[in-house]
Amino acid sequence: MRKYIPKDNVQKKAYYTDRYHVVPTVPQSKVDEGSYFAGVLNALGNTVTESSVQLGQLVIHIAPEDNFKVMKTLKETCGYTQCSEQSAVDYLAKDNEFELFWQLLNVGVAKRVRVHCRLANGAAIESIEPLFKSANFAEREMFDMFGIKVNNHPFLKRILMPDDWEGHPLLKTYPLHGDEFASWYEVDKIFGKEYRDIIGPENRDPAKIDIEDTKRFSRVGYEVPFGAEYNAEEETDIEYSETALVNYNKKTSKQLDERR
Amino acid sequence: MQVSNKLTPFFENLNFERDDNTMVINFGPQHPSAHGQLRLVLELDGEQVVKAYPDIGYLHRGIEKMAENMTYNEFLPTTDRLDYIASTSNNYAYALAVEKLLDIEAPRRAQAIRTMLLELNRIISHLFFVATHALDVGAMSVFLYAFREREFAMDLMEDYCGARLTHSAVRIGGVPLDLPEGWLENLAAFCDKLDHEVEHTYGALLNENRIWKMRLEDVGVISAEDALSWGCSGVMLRGSGVKWDIRKEEPYELYPELDFDIPTSDRCDSYGRFRLYMEEMNQSTRILRQLIPLYKDTKPQLMAHAPKYISATKEDIMTQNYALMQHFVLVAQGMRPPRGEVYIPTESPKGELGFYIKSEGEPYAYRLKCRAPSFFHTGLLQNLLVGTYLADVVTIIGTTNIVFGEVDR
Repeated sequence: MRKYIPKDNVQKKAYYTDRYHVVPTVPQSKVDEGSYFAGVLNALGNTVTESSVQLGQLVIHIAPEDNFKVMKTLKETCGYTQCSEQSAVDYLAKDNEFELFWQLLNVGVAKRVRVHCRLANGAAIESIEPLFKSANFAEREMFDMFGIKVNNHPFLKRILMPDDWEGHPLLKTYPLHGDEFASWYEVDKIFGKEYRDIIGPENRDPAKIDIEDTKRFSRVGYEVPFGAEYNAEEETDIEYSETALVNYNKKTSKQLDERR
Repeated sequence: MQVSNKLTPFFENLNFERDDNTMVINFGPQHPSAHGQLRLVLELDGEQVVKAYPDIGYLHRGIEKMAENMTYNEFLPTTDRLDYIASTSNNYAYALAVEKLLDIEAPRRAQAIRTMLLELNRIISHLFFVATHALDVGAMSVFLYAFREREFAMDLMEDYCGARLTHSAVRIGGVPLDLPEGWLENLAAFCDKLDHEVEHTYGALLNENRIWKMRLEDVGVISAEDALSWGCSGVMLRGSGVKWDIRKEEPYELYPELDFDIPTSDRCDSYGRFRLYMEEMNQSTRILRQLIPLYKDTKPQLMAHAPKYISATKEDIMTQNYALMQHFVLVAQGMRPPRGEVYIPTESPKGELGFYIKSEGEPYAYRLKCRAPSFFHTGLLQNLLVGTYLADVVTIIGTTNIVFGEVDR
């Protein structure tokens, strides 16, 4: 029987897991009363559903519809003037949700806050671009990689992948070596879909060189007019200098042989 | 009028003369001063930029995707390909993030070596910046002199790890090798030479150079507020008068014990940033000189002792059965870190380089996000270039010091 591979997460998995292996967790501590982060939490009020301190950074969880409000408070009241990173984690297979995170930095007091929210599949998130301009590129990347729509973004467009790409590469359902669309991308674009059968999967390399195609390739030493019939016999007398790797010029090699 | 067909399709939809007398030009992706693969679509009114649109992704290799399909140790050499001008800073940022996830600390000798390598890489990167920036603006000779010294720094890297560009000189939990014999003497000699060259060659050629100042002064002006909002870090932030260096504010490795200054500039322009790069090279040599005695005081252990995650030393593996078994498991299956997430920022030569790692306790990271400084500096271009002249575009791209390995990832 063929091994069952779950379709909702095609990333590489451990082939063996000790069944007595207990996975520890990264240490988390409660926010101490009177500490600096307690002040931040007070300013945010009841928008925060969960909070902890991990490795000296405050980690808070919020509802996705509160994100703009929370970021505005963090920026204007608490002095978090830089959004250094934002992206998402794909939990579609487990919960049909994305986990979004924003990493904020307060330069004045050298403190960092990470804001998390869970966003349902297909839902859109409000852009924080009016507050932090760095979100312009970061949200575009998030859209490109996960397909998460961002409301009120000034220019929500693919950023790393081509505009006409299908699929979102960082989803767990997207295979590492690309899907069918990815493997035929150049062929579809240059020749059209009907050429898939003619070219065949073994020849879909877009850099393939066809020696008999005189429309797109010329052959040194055997030049023929554009589109003429390929003929391996007729040698032309065009001489080219020899390179370190390829000896185009047969005459030179003959001379070399004679010298030897 | 061009006609697109299947054999010659339009990848760039260009129209030069437009109704409102503006002109749209493509800068790159094969422009020599595009620092790799930057395609910049510029809308020009005469010679003034009306709108700039940086188009990136020509070097996208899906490194974050690869991280989800590789064990933690397998992925480390891939981080070399992010900022390939200073690979060790990427190796280190990644290794540090994983170490924080595992809650282990590298032994002191490894910390000393890592700090040296980081500063050496900062010098390599800054020399590259000065060289290419000067070349872009038109000062050819600086390029040759700066690459001469960069070659010496790369020779030092080669003596240490055997590689010149993609070093992989850091491991999770420490460093693989001790410094070879005579390396510290070479390093000290290099520091002396570099200090001399920074002052008497690059400094003498550029600092008060009339043409250089005309090309750089008041070009690419960013206010501190804008710099923070656009996610700038490193010299881009310090050049706008914000005194922020992660080595000082959130120190790691031996930086808390070292005495060095954070140069800042209130000029907010390209010339101020150029002076910061020059000053930072002086600070790096100052750090390197302090590290030499610190290194000599350390015990010879190179890798952290954490049998659950880190393989034992070669000697132990060859002599002790359990160490061999554990090594076999760690190589064949990969380490299984705790469940949780970390975001660890480090000060790379380009700015804040941080790795966000989400672990589900598997040997493969559930999600890895590389916070690359150049990515945000590229985003800034769409704001910074508007209103400048076409001749200054090259200067501004140069001053951001972007490397496309980490922009596109």
